[in-house]
Amino acid sequence: MNSLFRMIPSVLMMVSPILIAALGGMISERSGVTNIALEGLMGIGAFTAATTHVLLEATTPLSVWIALLVAATSGCIVSLIHAYASVSLKADQTVSGTGINLLSMGGTVFLCQVIFRQERTEPYKLGMMPGLGGIYPTAYIALAMLIATWYVLYKRPFGLRLRACGEHPAAAASAGIDVRKMRYIAVLASGAYAGLAGGCLVLTQTIQYTNMTINGAGFIALAAVSFGRWLPKGILGSSLLFGTAVALAIYMVNIESLRSLPPEFFSIMPYLITLVTLVIFSGKDYAPRACGQPYEKGGS
Amino acid sequence: MASDTTGKPQPATLRVGALDAFIASDGAISLLVVLLGFLCGTVLILAVGRNPANMYAALLQTLTGFDITRGTWNARYIGEWLTASMPLILCGLSMGFAARTGLFNIGAEGQYVMGLTAAQFVALYGPRISGLHWALALLAGLVAGALWGALVGWLKARYSVSEVVATIMLNYVAYFLSRFLTQLIPAANTYRTPAYPETALLKNALFERLTNGSRLNTGLFVVALCVLFYWFVIERTKLGYELRATGFNKEAARCSGIKVTRSITASMAISGGFAGLAGVIVALGSFGYGRVLGGLDNYGFNGIAVALVGNSTAGGTLLSGLLFGMLASAQPLMQSRQIPKEVTWIISGLVVVFISLRAGFRMIAEWRQKRIAEKGGTRDE
Repeated sequence: MNSLFRMIPSVLMMVSPILIAALGGMISERSGVTNIALEGLMGIGAFTAATTHVLLEATTPLSVWIALLVAATSGCIVSLIHAYASVSLKADQTVSGTGINLLSMGGTVFLCQVIFRQERTEPYKLGMMPGLGGIYPTAYIALAMLIATWYVLYKRPFGLRLRACGEHPAAAASAGIDVRKMRYIAVLASGAYAGLAGGCLVLTQTIQYTNMTINGAGFIALAAVSFGRWLPKGILGSSLLFGTAVALAIYMVNIESLRSLPPEFFSIMPYLITLVTLVIFSGKDYAPRACGQPYEKGGS
Repeated sequence: MASDTTGKPQPATLRVGALDAFIASDGAISLLVVLLGFLCGTVLILAVGRNPANMYAALLQTLTGFDITRGTWNARYIGEWLTASMPLILCGLSMGFAARTGLFNIGAEGQYVMGLTAAQFVALYGPRISGLHWALALLAGLVAGALWGALVGWLKARYSVSEVVATIMLNYVAYFLSRFLTQLIPAANTYRTPAYPETALLKNALFERLTNGSRLNTGLFVVALCVLFYWFVIERTKLGYELRATGFNKEAARCSGIKVTRSITASMAISGGFAGLAGVIVALGSFGYGRVLGGLDNYGFNGIAVALVGNSTAGGTLLSGLLFGMLASAQPLMQSRQIPKEVTWIISGLVVVFISLRAGFRMIAEWRQKRIAEKGGTRDE
């Protein structure tokens, strides 16, 4: 039990990026745009954060925070491609998402080769420093973003409008809501969230960016969105669960009672749980009704 | 889609010029998209201060075996190009087959992994009879991939679980399952198993001799058969017709007596089978031992790009598979010529992004057609 308590900081370290990225995914899907590019956008965030931090580390103590800001901004910029394709051109949202994932995989390592002349960024000396109780500030960032997202989506007219675009865009449009603008905002927000999530991940969990840094975290976040039924509190729960599973896969060697299990047992959990719950709750549709469908103006 | 123009005044449709013909042709758009991808790649290399001619020299050497800087020729490069293309073509067929039936199979990666894992087990534990051993491994991989795909199809048809989410989840389930199972093999360490017996390998002495010792193997026949099978099933059989009908309109298909659940499951099974075979060919053709995967091989994901560029037709997928295989196998040659090899992934990624923007062409076409129709009404009084 004691060792489980000591794991809390590491669990929170794993949970934070998943939670932030999943919140971003939720915003986008709530507005009606599927975003399977979370993985790629996290990669871009992680790469830009690591690069910024390596370059600024020696000059300013604020380097980590600037790096996170750069990560969010670059995620936001790249998600513009997804927004343009899926909202303006009404393209297949899965295709443009896949395109971004492929692009991110190649683009980040390409830039590493150009900037650092190797297939990864230079390692930085110090990542983000943990605060009280060994808990990284990313946990507080994630918590703040959770509350802010909940407040905006559920307590502000803007959030109501955004959710309407994902449920019934035609009705939303007839009430005077600019569906395209709403969806653009949502996709760009999800890009910024995912970029920030990538930055948080790289600065707390490792010392440099490689093409294995993200390794499925974005897809876990995507799973957290559907397992959390597109609700903030649900996503908090699913991120905590999946983050714990990821942490257990890594730290289980330290826990006596779990040592006999293979680490794959925990790694597989987030995906398996999501799949099973999708089947169990298949009758009830929790997903935003218009999610994945382009909005045709003037269409019925 | 082309039937939109019927019933409009004839002179107006004749005026639909080269641009519209271009937009209507999927092949021409694919070509444009690929050219744009290469153009961007070239500009990118220029932007980082390297010489794009080196990239093209590497591509030429991959395609023809001819090293333009040294003036030497080695057929091994051609063999390696074809070897790299084989799993890409199969994964492209996998994605394409699902796409033709209205499904988006992001799960070729997982189906590939299952095929690979099954083949590794048969290779290590199967009967060591020459000729039979590798054939059994191929069959096992085919079945494993098909089952993994059919599971998605069944979940989709029976429980309406989105195939996009289900396949993404199953990709990672397959990956970790493969790692777990392979490490159970006695004498396997954390990255490999003992070597396969000779009878399990897909080695082909003739191909090896022709291509100066490349890894080109019997898998080539499998790929050729798969391309033919794909064409035949889609275009020439009742099954293919039913699958396509389900893809066009599920409800209409149901009304005309097609068993939609069975159609979707069958379609995903066939789709998974292609990817499973890709796994076998990589496992037994390119490696002499079983691998504990350290990461995804990404053939499945690149297969999406292959199918999109090939417009999910048999011939198109073959050609685009060869194209992406060329990019993949040119990577080490680029690196040795000071071109960051990731530029090939960027080109693949850009090609997919551009294809998603293809919807824009359709919008231009619709807009032009509307304009022509309006003009046609006034001019042809």
